[in-house]
Amino acid sequence: MDNKVNYLLRLGDNAMVLSQRLCELCGKGPALEEDMALSNVSLDLLGQTRMWYTYAAELEGQGRDEDKLAYLRDAHDFKNVLLVEQPNGNYAHTLVRQFFFDTWHYFLIGSLTRSSDPRIAEIAEKSLKEVTYHLRRSGDLIVRLGDGTETSKRFTQTAVDELWMYTGEVFNYDAVDEAMVAEGVAPASAALREQWLSHVSDILGEATLSMPPSDAWMQKGGKQGRHSEHLGYLLAEMQFLQRAYPGSEW
Amino acid sequence: MDAGRVWELLEQVSDPEIPVISVVDLGIVRDVQVTGPSSCAVTITPTYSGCPAMQVIADAVQSALRDAGIRQVDIITRLSPAWTTDWMSTSGKAKLKGYGIAPPAQSVIDISGLRSPRTAPAAPFDALRAGVARGAVPAPQVVCPHCGSSHTEITSQFGSTPCKALYKCLDCREPFDYFKCH
Repeated sequence: MDNKVNYLLRLGDNAMVLSQRLCELCGKGPALEEDMALSNVSLDLLGQTRMWYTYAAELEGQGRDEDKLAYLRDAHDFKNVLLVEQPNGNYAHTLVRQFFFDTWHYFLIGSLTRSSDPRIAEIAEKSLKEVTYHLRRSGDLIVRLGDGTETSKRFTQTAVDELWMYTGEVFNYDAVDEAMVAEGVAPASAALREQWLSHVSDILGEATLSMPPSDAWMQKGGKQGRHSEHLGYLLAEMQFLQRAYPGSEW
Repeated sequence: MDAGRVWELLEQVSDPEIPVISVVDLGIVRDVQVTGPSSCAVTITPTYSGCPAMQVIADAVQSALRDAGIRQVDIITRLSPAWTTDWMSTSGKAKLKGYGIAPPAQSVIDISGLRSPRTAPAAPFDALRAGVARGAVPAPQVVCPHCGSSHTEITSQFGSTPCKALYKCLDCREPFDYFKCH
């Protein structure tokens, strides 16, 4: 598979899988405001997914479109990082996962506005304002929960500790990522990681939470299609209709 | 037929979620080109990436122009420059207020410094960091569309559509929607 198509699918799959995770909470959020916020963030991510998938499908030129990419691929074809497929858990897990993702996503999308590929730069420009709003919100909430009650702090710290091992994969570049860096399409890993660590450390510090060591052992494999079992269940639910009734439309 | 006539027709196409304002008021229509005796191309830009109203808007533009006798209508979607609430017309903002939605209160999230020149994918990280620093962005002064008081408070950062937040007035006690700056 062409490096750029692969890279675009990674961008799209990250946004889509997290979007699907968040919409599982639609109607079940812990408070009405949170319910609406999660659904809105989910919707933004889905909109971004469509732009990445559409471009990937065009470049690939195999007659696939955004729907085929979303509904007719199996788990091993998905290239999202393991972080986004982790279950919603308790609300601290949902928010910490979101905060870790939003921080990376924000600095990545900000960098992609200067991509050498004009279409990627355009999609990033469109997404940046949405992603900015997401990160402001999730950062604020981490501070409120971490520097909140004894219980909220304990839950949030546990979620930070448990999800930490999934935060290294986005910076663990393989040949596909490196090819994109060489072409000026994507930003280098080191600079992005430095920004991520710095912002996460600021927010966790303000939230009176402790940050796990940056050189901790990290999970990997999602970008190459090696997923946790959670992804299969997520796709089974999301793809059911198209698998059972192929080609059906609204 | 001329482009002016097409713009007039588009001013009659209302936003599906906020029917008092037109797609022109919203700043969604970026360009109109007359491409032949009975054909034109309309360039629109999405508000939010995931806004479900965009398809409805594109369909409404199509049918409004076809109903007026234009045979061929091409809808072009343009992403850059990204839509901003700064493009909302003054009359559009007034109509929003009359409808009970507080219009955007301040300048938008400024990403102009991040956009150009498009030379290398290395980002201006300082500008990015400033954009998400805690407390760096002052809360907007939102005026209650019912009583005009600026003594208001946010209830929820997200509302019934991606473009709105929920507020309440601390004087007249009414809840209201606020069209976020974007």
